[in-house]
Amino acid sequence: MTTETSSLSNPYDHLPSFDPEDPPPVASPEREELLRRYYPDYRPDRKTTLRVGPNKGEVIPDEIASILESRSLLGSTAMPPLPGVPDTEVDLLVIGGGGAGIMASIFAQQAGANVLLTTKLRVGDSNTVMAEGGIQVALGDDDSPVRHFKDAYRGGHFTGEPELLSVLVREGPDVIAWLVKKGVLFDRDPSGNLSLRKGGGTSRPRLISAKDYTGLEIVRVLKEDLMNSGVSIWEFSPAVELLQGPEGSCAGAILRDVDNGTLKWVKANAVLLATGGTGRLHIGDFATSNHFGATGDGLVMAYRMGAKLLNMESFQYHPTGVIYPSEMAGMLITEAVRGAGARMFNRSGKRFVPELETRDVVAAAIIRECEEGRGVRTPSGHHGVYLDLTSIDREMGEGTVERRFPNIVKLMGKHQVDCTKQPILVYPTLHYQNGGIASDTAGHTSIPGLYVAGEVSGGVHGKNRLMGNSLLEVFVYGRRVGLISADEARNRKPFSWHEVSLGHVERFHRELDREFPGTPLSEAPVLFPDYRKHSHHASS
Amino acid sequence: MIQVWINGKEWQVPEGLTMIQAMWHTGHEVIHGIGCLGGVCGACAAVYRMPGNFHLYNALACQTLVKEGMAFSLIASYPTQRAHYDIETIPDAKEGLFELYPESATCRNCNACTEVCPQGIDVRTSVWQAAFGDFKGVAETTMSCVMCGLCVSRCIAEMAPHEIALYARRAYGSRELPFPENLRQRIEAVESGSFDKELERLAQLSPDQLKTECGVK
Repeated sequence: MTTETSSLSNPYDHLPSFDPEDPPPVASPEREELLRRYYPDYRPDRKTTLRVGPNKGEVIPDEIASILESRSLLGSTAMPPLPGVPDTEVDLLVIGGGGAGIMASIFAQQAGANVLLTTKLRVGDSNTVMAEGGIQVALGDDDSPVRHFKDAYRGGHFTGEPELLSVLVREGPDVIAWLVKKGVLFDRDPSGNLSLRKGGGTSRPRLISAKDYTGLEIVRVLKEDLMNSGVSIWEFSPAVELLQGPEGSCAGAILRDVDNGTLKWVKANAVLLATGGTGRLHIGDFATSNHFGATGDGLVMAYRMGAKLLNMESFQYHPTGVIYPSEMAGMLITEAVRGAGARMFNRSGKRFVPELETRDVVAAAIIRECEEGRGVRTPSGHHGVYLDLTSIDREMGEGTVERRFPNIVKLMGKHQVDCTKQPILVYPTLHYQNGGIASDTAGHTSIPGLYVAGEVSGGVHGKNRLMGNSLLEVFVYGRRVGLISADEARNRKPFSWHEVSLGHVERFHRELDREFPGTPLSEAPVLFPDYRKHSHHASS
Repeated sequence: MIQVWINGKEWQVPEGLTMIQAMWHTGHEVIHGIGCLGGVCGACAAVYRMPGNFHLYNALACQTLVKEGMAFSLIASYPTQRAHYDIETIPDAKEGLFELYPESATCRNCNACTEVCPQGIDVRTSVWQAAFGDFKGVAETTMSCVMCGLCVSRCIAEMAPHEIALYARRAYGSRELPFPENLRQRIEAVESGSFDKELERLAQLSPDQLKTECGVK
């Protein structure tokens, strides 16, 4: 590694001069061609046709197929017998401690439900805490929830679910008000209004933020309120399987304490999956911006139970992940820098795509530049393009980058890149699972008793998400589904522990045996990525 | 290759790895002490020393490169007392600080908290700002706090500066800043049903009609 590094030049040694001339616009037919040729979702390579389960016949990335068509961690054929009694019984079991899980738990508890939140790492360890840029909420004088709806639907290439979107934009302002009252410090303009910033693909400035610490600021506050709420919290206890109740319903889950390996059997009237995304599966070998636990566990468990997935071929490769220095690979540089005026340049110093196009178009354009030889080579042999923040300070005044994006300045500075003076080398990074478990506006999945909220769910964003809509989704749907599931859990017809089983897993295994006779299959949920064995991922 | 000590044991690792990557490289499974891997969740607080140097350094292990001779350990969790309160109903937010965290007025000015902070926050100043009721000042000083708790590990007054700062920031946002006017007006408009008809109409359209309606920015 050391010799390879030293034989190649530091990409900062020979910077081209940056030509400020506007990039070519991307007209409609060209846009589709660009996506089809360069965006990973639309390329035919590294895809599998599912042979088992509710989405049989659909073509999805290899890495997702590998976790869906997998065997249980509890055994490759027969399941362990249920204990005589469960370890605990609750109204609502929330699986996942990110933004959606925390919101759901707080509101469900307030509504009178007995709630257990279980999570794989600590409460708050999630993609939510990493959200930098902001939340979309239509507050401008010339803006409205209707415009927000239209932008999001157009941004999702007309594939989002209109009813889910309608709830998102309508309940947005109220959930933000709740956060403000809890003491979340969103940036204000001089008159005390919430500051509104531009994001890609939107017709109005609509992003509210807390500098570039938006997710962190919210999670710090919410975590404290959750800890004080009376909700039971089990950390380092991922769910490894759902439990089935009467008539194919969901009736709880089995958790595994990662410190001592014991299984905890939880009987629940309702189970809310808030397990987040899948970036740590490194689809297509992309680096990822996601937190350590983003391994799609909820998808796996729900799929075995028969829950229908939606748009599972669709992922967001965020255009601007750091590609050099290599130890930072995958780390996100928020789109808000482009909203503020940052520009992108290829190896010859030319702009090549309008910086505020939708994320998929910008990502595809970067991949095109790199594949066609106009990328900048890094010492480890990867390619990227320049993301130059210095134009922000030139246009909006010296010190703007430092003031608006202190986290990026700090993190890049730790790796000897002064991004107030030097460009950042970027390449798309696996950022968000656009699809997920299908649900209605109440978070109901196709399985009675099983609910979803947040990134694990699919539908709101269709096949492309605009910046700031996922954070809004997490809070709107976290609250909403928390309240609805709490209410329905408390009114569910009682059932006994003897009606609970792992029959759905055994059925799924039999289906696998029929379709894949003699083929070794992986075990899932993955729970934790293992970078000890795959050293090529160690920098991601 | 360079020589490092991980939890007291000697290893050889390549240059250019973060502390966490060095642990993976040497076969450690890291579950406690790992979180976002992006420098914001505060899970990976670490303490380290360099050879021939008496100083004790602190860092976030996911963001800090190992160096020749470095000896480091993760401090995955540091015990703290967390106050129990509802920020919206505390009668007097400034007095509330001293009821919830009476130790917050006992800073002895040693400055160790500031020196230990991996985010470069002037923690001591924030403690005094809180004690003097300058919650706005606390918010500005501590916005980048990742709640790693390293300040607690060094405080000779045994306080938890990051929890105190969290309280002060929340009190400032919830109790001192006026509620944003643009948000208030928009909520009124939403609640009076101003957008319902149009949103309902859009949700009823056929996919083709909706595409036409939404197609233009």
